[in-house]
Amino acid sequence: MTDRLLDLLQRKGLLLGDGAMGTMLQRAGLTDGGSPELWNVDHADAVRAIYQGYADAGSDIITTNTFGGTRYRLKLHHLQGRVFELNQAGAALAREVAGDERLVAGSMGPTGELMEPLGPLTIAEAAAAFAEQVAGLAAGGADFLLVETMSSLDEVQAAVEGARQASTLPVVVTMTFDTNYRTMMGVTPAQAVQTLHSWGVTVIGANCGNGPAEIERIMWEMAQARPEGAVLMAQSNAGLPRWHEGEISYDGTPEVMAGYAQRMRALGVQVIGACCGSTPEHLAAMRRALDGPPLMGYEPAFAADASAPQSAPAGDGAARRAARRAQRTAE
Amino acid sequence: MDTDSFDSLPEVLQELYINMQDDLYDGLKDEVADATTEALEQWGQTPGQILQRGLVAGMDIVGQDFRDGILFVPEVLLAAKAMKGAMEILRPLLTDAKDVQRQGTVVIGTVKGDIHDIGKNLVGMMLEGAGFEVINLGINVDAEQFLAALREYNADILGMSALLTTTMPYMRTVIQRLNEEGMREQTVVLVGGAPLTEAFAEDIGADRYCEDAAVAVEAAKVFMEMKKRDS
Repeated sequence: MTDRLLDLLQRKGLLLGDGAMGTMLQRAGLTDGGSPELWNVDHADAVRAIYQGYADAGSDIITTNTFGGTRYRLKLHHLQGRVFELNQAGAALAREVAGDERLVAGSMGPTGELMEPLGPLTIAEAAAAFAEQVAGLAAGGADFLLVETMSSLDEVQAAVEGARQASTLPVVVTMTFDTNYRTMMGVTPAQAVQTLHSWGVTVIGANCGNGPAEIERIMWEMAQARPEGAVLMAQSNAGLPRWHEGEISYDGTPEVMAGYAQRMRALGVQVIGACCGSTPEHLAAMRRALDGPPLMGYEPAFAADASAPQSAPAGDGAARRAARRAQRTAE
Repeated sequence: MDTDSFDSLPEVLQELYINMQDDLYDGLKDEVADATTEALEQWGQTPGQILQRGLVAGMDIVGQDFRDGILFVPEVLLAAKAMKGAMEILRPLLTDAKDVQRQGTVVIGTVKGDIHDIGKNLVGMMLEGAGFEVINLGINVDAEQFLAALREYNADILGMSALLTTTMPYMRTVIQRLNEEGMREQTVVLVGGAPLTEAFAEDIGADRYCEDAAVAVEAAKVFMEMKKRDS
């Protein structure tokens, strides 16, 4: 199978992703605790309209409304028997809107379960669940698979394995580095880009998290560690959620996101999109920014002191524990 | 931990406890369980002493290093599992032990409409590690379930979690129900979750916004001390 993503990248040099799905569905009336994926069937027009909004804004990639489309997430809505149907429907709608010019990214989010030994889920079980989802996405016409918002490398491994069991589609992976510039599970941007590349993943990056400033630092770290041939991708939230007079909104304006897109390009990121809180308006501003001239003389503010270690030194016991650990290994 | 009494312990026993703390830090379940049995059987330590000198002291270090960004969720979960293993040995003995002072009782859950539970479970385990009794109601918990559990267990603290901007406002509903039932005064309300902010917590009338599990444990301890002082 041809890799339509890499083909388009080669042709255009830079691709604009799309924006939020969840927060857009909520605007359209998705209620607390409802299943977004069920809307692919029950409210297909609303989902199609969101896809169309991003297509009109100039996105090169339309991401399917299937983030929670594994049986583990759908089970919480008693929909675990409809994995194939809901994923296929989400991808088919996106295909309709994307046509031939745009690509369809089949969204795959975490199962929400902890992997062994921390939790009950084995890599084989998770891979089987992802494979089931991928079969639907491929049947619906996805051009590539977008494994996103991941925090555990074990779960990414399961997603990549599952994807390869069920299809020949290329797999793109973005993780969420929202804990002191690491994922919740402690993975650093450098570790992510190097490990994923060694598994044969070409397009690697970060999504969601705590806004454009955080993503800038993360992508800078990834760019420093990027192996030859790896392509970087970033999809930031539109700022941070703010609580004001009983309403929640994200504080990143379209202008803020346009600036973010510019800085991503300056860092060498080739696939640039957005995540929670973003709208077609944000994406249109990013499109205009990326169609314009690149930033001149960009220098990340943190680059000067960024070589310092991120973590504080471990407490008193660290040396003692290290010695005992060495002894145990020797035994 | 009472340092004076720890220093007066035989050196070998001190070492046993320090090794127990280190093994806990490294998440070595079997080693922690073995040390617990040894402290009980060979040193005649009471369950309360083992809990305080070994397990709670060890989890304290885990909590500090988690807060400081040295440890991450996997290490904390493994340490909590190791602690749980030791607790299985101690629990049958603890029920009638007089030397154990429960820190307090906490009811926790992820609010209605929200199905995220990793962070909330981490908070629960860290609270248990700090000596609290934790009633974990799971995910998608509505106000009446929270209220019923607070009454049933005569709990001191309510901890609510939400990971979605659409579900976090439900915390306000729960607090309103506490007010209506006249339970707000005696219940400390802690809230947490990725999209929350201090301003939000203040606005809905919570007592404290906890940005991570370590902060939640600290806050719970502080509130229990205040409560004990007041009574």
